[in-house]
Amino acid sequence: MAKAKDTVSRTLLVALVLSVVFSVVVSTAAVVLRPAQIMNQNLDIKTNILAAAGMLKEGASAEEIEEEFSRFDVRLLDLDSGNFVEPSDVGVEDPMKYDMYKAASDPQMSTNIPSSEDKAGIKRRPNVAKIYTLTENDELVRVVLPVHGYGLWSTLYGFVSLEGDANTIEGLGFYDHAETPGLGGEVDNPRWKSQWVGKEVYGDDLQEPQVRLVKGGVSSDAADREHKVDALSGATLTSRGVEQLVNYWMGDRGYAPFLKKLREGEV
Amino acid sequence: MADASAKQVLFEPIFSNNPIALQILGICSALAVTTSMNVTLVMCAAVIAVTAFSNLAVSLVRTQIPGSIRIIVQMTIIASLVIVVDQVLKAYAYEISKQLSVFVGLIITNCIVMGRAEGFAMKNGPYLSFLDGIGNGLGYSVLLIFVAFFRELLGAGSLFGVSLMPVVNEGGWYVPNGLLLLPPSAFFIIGLAIWGLRTWKPEQIEEPDYKMSRHTTKEAF
Repeated sequence: MAKAKDTVSRTLLVALVLSVVFSVVVSTAAVVLRPAQIMNQNLDIKTNILAAAGMLKEGASAEEIEEEFSRFDVRLLDLDSGNFVEPSDVGVEDPMKYDMYKAASDPQMSTNIPSSEDKAGIKRRPNVAKIYTLTENDELVRVVLPVHGYGLWSTLYGFVSLEGDANTIEGLGFYDHAETPGLGGEVDNPRWKSQWVGKEVYGDDLQEPQVRLVKGGVSSDAADREHKVDALSGATLTSRGVEQLVNYWMGDRGYAPFLKKLREGEV
Repeated sequence: MADASAKQVLFEPIFSNNPIALQILGICSALAVTTSMNVTLVMCAAVIAVTAFSNLAVSLVRTQIPGSIRIIVQMTIIASLVIVVDQVLKAYAYEISKQLSVFVGLIITNCIVMGRAEGFAMKNGPYLSFLDGIGNGLGYSVLLIFVAFFRELLGAGSLFGVSLMPVVNEGGWYVPNGLLLLPPSAFFIIGLAIWGLRTWKPEQIEEPDYKMSRHTTKEAF
């Protein structure tokens, strides 16, 4: 028997049958489960957006998240001009389908950031960003902006939510990072995140973003306390990364042109 | 091993022949996925499923596998099962599959799975092989859960994500031990577990491979 199954033709036959059978198994699993996976991914992004905007209720069901999220408009924004663009301009039908992080690695759809200005450490920036706006009674009351930048070990991906004045922070959250658990990983700590609520991005002249993460906490009488947030203890580099990435994205190379228009009521 | 009883095959690997504690296999994932109980339990379930079904599949076709390509055949079976498990997790346990990230995929390289396929399923019938897969998966799980229990409790003050000892960062009193959230701590806990297990079952202590000779002799004098 040992001889019969060790011939070359037999070996090839077994290899062939095995490959066919298992490719069918694997592809069936992939195809059958795909809708559920896509739903999960979309739901995950929506959950993160709502969380950053402070609109996520504890233990909300999938339907509640969908419903809450449907109040938002998904808009595509040309970062340089600060104007909205049509989905067809970036080659998609549904703005939700546009992936700005994929675009960032496409030379046609992204711009190099000169290293002197690359505070967030991301090297390239997509030309068009995908943002989420909430309009109530014809007035834009909330805008959720995707941000990313380098921390200590990893790129942090998250959202910053601003109020309609395009200056006051309503919330911030990161949904993807690999910072040290317990130190830099504390960017996920709800208590730390809650400090951001009500902080102001820009100074009185509304030009340069002024956000600072400071050591030792922010006392109630500190100068510029409206721009300052307590840094994460034991995570100097992650804190610096967060500070830099927020300032980068709120700056001229980020969303500043759009936010300026928003303040002037041109949006 | 041919006359091993079903019960033996199923329960031996849990304490008497634990794949991690005695055979020191599958350590890498034990370091990576044991920071919280939820994640660990899902990982354990995934490993049990993969070892059990890969053993079953290998055992079913064992008389047909040509000796020259048997390792590749086993790898193909294991890899396919791992991909299926990964897809299922992404569809039904998305949050946890995000935290497990690459480590589900890395079950393919988990020595326990391959070791059991080659060491047991190639020689035994499908029923026993299936049980052996579950048994070894359970042995792996017991140790992982033990590690995760201490890492989550002392590192984050919680179990299954439920806060038991409110930590300082959230306004409580417990200063969490950050080391326990980092991978090396799993080594320490596994080491202590092996020490405990071998004190309880001294027959697991290995004979030293060699005896160390003295550093110097008095001959020079």
